[in-house]
Amino acid sequence: MKLVPTIGLEIHVQLQTRTKMFCGCELEFGAEPNTHTCPICLGHPGTLPVTNEQAIEYATRIAVALGCEVAPRSIFHRKNYFYPDLPKGYQISQFDIPFGSNGRLGDVRIHRVHLEEDAAKLTHVGDSGRIHGSGASLVDFNRGGTPLMEIVTEPDIEDPAAAREWLALLRTTLRQLGVSDVNMDEGSLRCDANVSIRPEGSAELGTKTELKNMNSFRYLERGVEAEIARQRGIVEAGGTVEQETLHFDPTSGTLTPLRSKEYAHDYRYFPEPDLVPLAPAAADVEAARAALPELPEQRRDRYAAELGLNPDAARLLAFDAELGTFFESATAAAGAGVEAKAIANWVTGDLVALAREAELEPTATGATPEALAALVGLVAAGSVNRGGAREVLAVLVRDGGEPAAIVERLDLGASDSGELEAIVEQAIADQPDAAAKVKAGEGKAIGAIVGVVMRETRGKADGGDVTRLIRAKLGL
Amino acid sequence: MTDPRLLTVAEGLGEIAAGNMSGDEWFSAYADTPDELGAYLWRPQGDDRGPLPATAGDLAGVPVAVKDIFCIEGLPTTAGSRILEGYVPPYTATAVEALLAAGAGVLGKTNMDEFAMGSSNENSAYGDVRNPWDPVRVPGGSSGGSAAVVAGGLAPCSLGTDTGGSIRQPAALCGVVGMKPTYGSISRSGMIAFASSLDQCGPFTRDVRDAALLLAVLGGRDHRDSTSIGFPAPIALPSREDLSGLRIGVPRELSSDAEGIEAGVREVFDRAVALCESLGAEISEAHLPNARHGISAYYVLAPAEASANLSRYDGVRFGLREEADTLDEMYERTRSAGFGPEVKRRVMLGTYALSSGFYDAYYGSAQRVRTLIARDFAAAFDDFDLLITPTSPTVAFELGARAADPLAMYMSDYCTVPMSLAGIPAISIPAGTAEPDGGGPELPVGLQITGPAFSESLILDAAHAIEGAVGFDHRPKLQGSAS
Repeated sequence: MKLVPTIGLEIHVQLQTRTKMFCGCELEFGAEPNTHTCPICLGHPGTLPVTNEQAIEYATRIAVALGCEVAPRSIFHRKNYFYPDLPKGYQISQFDIPFGSNGRLGDVRIHRVHLEEDAAKLTHVGDSGRIHGSGASLVDFNRGGTPLMEIVTEPDIEDPAAAREWLALLRTTLRQLGVSDVNMDEGSLRCDANVSIRPEGSAELGTKTELKNMNSFRYLERGVEAEIARQRGIVEAGGTVEQETLHFDPTSGTLTPLRSKEYAHDYRYFPEPDLVPLAPAAADVEAARAALPELPEQRRDRYAAELGLNPDAARLLAFDAELGTFFESATAAAGAGVEAKAIANWVTGDLVALAREAELEPTATGATPEALAALVGLVAAGSVNRGGAREVLAVLVRDGGEPAAIVERLDLGASDSGELEAIVEQAIADQPDAAAKVKAGEGKAIGAIVGVVMRETRGKADGGDVTRLIRAKLGL
Repeated sequence: MTDPRLLTVAEGLGEIAAGNMSGDEWFSAYADTPDELGAYLWRPQGDDRGPLPATAGDLAGVPVAVKDIFCIEGLPTTAGSRILEGYVPPYTATAVEALLAAGAGVLGKTNMDEFAMGSSNENSAYGDVRNPWDPVRVPGGSSGGSAAVVAGGLAPCSLGTDTGGSIRQPAALCGVVGMKPTYGSISRSGMIAFASSLDQCGPFTRDVRDAALLLAVLGGRDHRDSTSIGFPAPIALPSREDLSGLRIGVPRELSSDAEGIEAGVREVFDRAVALCESLGAEISEAHLPNARHGISAYYVLAPAEASANLSRYDGVRFGLREEADTLDEMYERTRSAGFGPEVKRRVMLGTYALSSGFYDAYYGSAQRVRTLIARDFAAAFDDFDLLITPTSPTVAFELGARAADPLAMYMSDYCTVPMSLAGIPAISIPAGTAEPDGGGPELPVGLQITGPAFSESLILDAAHAIEGAVGFDHRPKLQGSAS
C-alpha cells in the first residue's frame, strides 16, 4: 500500500503598518523591550481597541492578491485563553466570517484570510526554552498587538519540497505587495503545517497533526518530512495517527508533542462588542485590485513571453524574490548585446548549483549581479568560453572579484580566431581517418578532432565554435 | 446665602455667575462634609487632590463625584474590587475629561458593587453604602455611592454607569434623578468594562434640568471608542410644563402584570400615570411581550461578556498578585483572592454560557431574545412617543435582606434591563414616596421614562413636566448636621 501525504499550511504574517492593530503604539522590531506600549496594548482597565485603517487596507491588498472574495461585512471575535503574552486574556481575531475566503495562489487554494492581533513575546529563562521547567519568563509587550494576517490554505500540497516552494511564492507575493517585511528570522512570517497521510487513491484524508515552530523554509521542509516519516512508521506498523500538535526542534530535527494543556483550549469565541464590523467599500476593494503590483505568476508569464526564458527559469526567478531581484539587477547592469535569457540561464543554472555546493544562498555569495552581468558579457563577446566562464563564476562565488581580471589571472581568455583556424587545420590534417568518417556522415567521429583542438588551446576555445569550424573546413 | 450643599447644579452655576459664591467655596462645602454613608472610596485630603474646579466652561466650578469605575489619571481606581487595590490608572476616561474640560472638579470616587455587578452596593470589596433616607437600607446599585452622595448632600451631581439598571435603580431608591442615555452616546473609554455591549455612562442629579446640563457635556463621538456615536442633535434644556400631544404607553408586562412590585410602588406609579394624563398626555396600555425574558437574557449576555472582560485581571501586569510556584496556580490564587463571590458567580456563568456545545443554547438564544425585545420597543414606539414604568419593583430594602438570594437581587432590575438590552435611553425621576411591603418609613419611588434611541431631549422634556407636577422635595439629606 503506497501512502501519500497531504499538507496544508497556516501562515501568520505581521503587517508592516506604522502602528499596532488596535492602538497608536509604533511598531519597531528589535527595540528595547517594553518601550512601545500603552494602556490599550497592555490591557489596562477601561481601555478599548480601535481598528487600524492601514491594516484594513493591507488586508484588502492581500485578500485580492490571493484571489479571495472580500467579505462585505466581517466582524471581530474574542478568542479567550489565559497566557502572560495575552494582556487582555483574549485575542481579538476573526472567527465565523473571515475577512477574505476562497482564493488561490499558484496550485494551492486559499481557504481563508483573516485579521487578528499578535501576542507579546515571551522569553523563557532556563534550559528548556519553554514555559514548563523555566526559571522565569520575560514578557516584551512591544510585539503585542502587531497586526497579523492569518492565511490558511486548503490541503492541496503533496510533498515537503512543494510546501517549501509554495511558501516562497507566498512570501514573494507578500513582499511585492509591500505589506510585510516577511522575515522568517524575525518572526514577521511564521508557518504552521497540517500533515496527514492516506493510502494512494483514497479520497478520505487521514488524521492530521499540526506542526508548529518551523521558522525557516528549510525547517518547514525538514519538519514536514520528519512528520510524514513518523506517520508512515506508525501506519506501516499497524498503528493509527493521533490528532495532536507537535513542536519542531530545529537543532535535533525532532518533533515533540506539546503538552495537552498548552493547546487544548475551549476558546469560547464570541463577537467582540468593543468593535464595529469591518465593511470594506466595494470601491475600495476594486481600487486595491486595480493597484496591485506585478505578482509572481504574472512576472513568470512575462519572463517567458517577453524574455523568452524557459518555463523553469521563469518560474524560479519570478517565485523567488531574492533570486528575481538578483536577476533584475544583473540584467540592468548588463551591456548591450547581452541577452536576459543568457543571464537567466547563468543565474538559475550555474549560480544556483555553485551556491548549493558552497552551502550558501545564491544571492549571498561573492558573485554580485554586476559581476555576473560582466561575466555573461565576456562570454557573449567570445572572450571566454562557457567552460572557462564557469571556472570564473566558481571563483566569484568563493572570493568575489572582477570577472575580466579573473579570466586574465587564470589565463582563460579565448584564443583569437586566426590562431584557432590554424590549429583546426592542423588537427584535421593530423586525423585523416576521423575527418573521412565525419565527411561520410559519422557525426560522432568529430570528437577526436575537437579533442585535439581543445588540448592544443588548453581548453580556452569554445567547444561549439570549434565544432562549427571543423565542419566548415570539411565543407559540411 | 443658603447652605451651598442645598443648591442644584443650575442654581450653583447661577450663584457663581452672580458673584455670590466661588467654585472653590462650593467644592469645599462638600469636601469638608464627613462621609457618614460609606459612599466615597477616595476623597481629596490635604495635598492628595484630584482635578479641581476651573473658572471657565459650561460647568465651571461644579463639583462632581465620579463612580470608581472611571479611570482618572493619578487617582486610585478599584471598581469596587480587591483585585484592583492600589491600582492607579495612567490615563483619564473620556467622560471625565469632558466634565473637567467644562470646568468641573472631582469631589471623589464613589463606592460601587464590584465591577458594577449588583443592585445594592453590598458587593463592594470596600464596605456597604447607606441610603441617606434610612441608614439601615441599601442605596441600590451598582452605582450606589454615586446615588447616595447626591441624595445625601455629599455632591450636587455624580457620574455613574448603567448596564442593566445600575443608574436608574439606585436613583429610584435614593430619590434622585438618574439617566442612562442611548448606548453609544457617551464614550466608554476609560470606563472599566462589565458588559461592553450594555455599559453606558450617565449622570445622577437632583433634578431633570441638571441631568440635561451634564448630558450635554458628556455626549460625543470619541475616536477612542469605536462604538461611540454621540448625540445627533445637541441636548436641549428641558422646558415643558405639560405633556399635551404626547402619546405615552404603559407596558403592562413591566407594571400591572409584573410580579414582585410592592403595593406602595404600584400606588405611586398609578398616581404618576394619572398625573401624566392630567398633564395632557394621551395614555394607553402598551405591550412588550418579550420583556419578561429580559432578566434571563441579561444574565447570560452580561456574564458572558464579563467573563472575558475580567480576564485581564490575572496578576501579571497590575493590581493584585498572589505569588505561587506555577503560572496556573498564580492565576487561580490571584483571582480567588481578588474577586468577590458575585463576580466569581458571574464569571463562571458567563464562561459556561460561552463554552463549546452550550454557546448556541445560551449565548445564541439570549442574543435572539435581545433582538426580540428591541423589536418589541420599536413596535411600541410606532404607537407611542414614550413609555413609562416603575423603575424598581421595590423601595430601598434593608442591608442584608437579599444578600443571600442572588435571584431575588437580580429581580431588582426587572423593569430596567429591557431598555439596556434594546440600547435605548431611560430616566428615573422621583415620583413620590411609599412604605415598603410590611411597613416601614416613607421611602422614594422612581418613575422610569423611556423613548426611542436618541430621544433624550424629549424624555428630559417630559420628565421635567412630570417632575414639576409631582413636586418631590429634592433637597438632600445633609450629612454631618441635624437635618
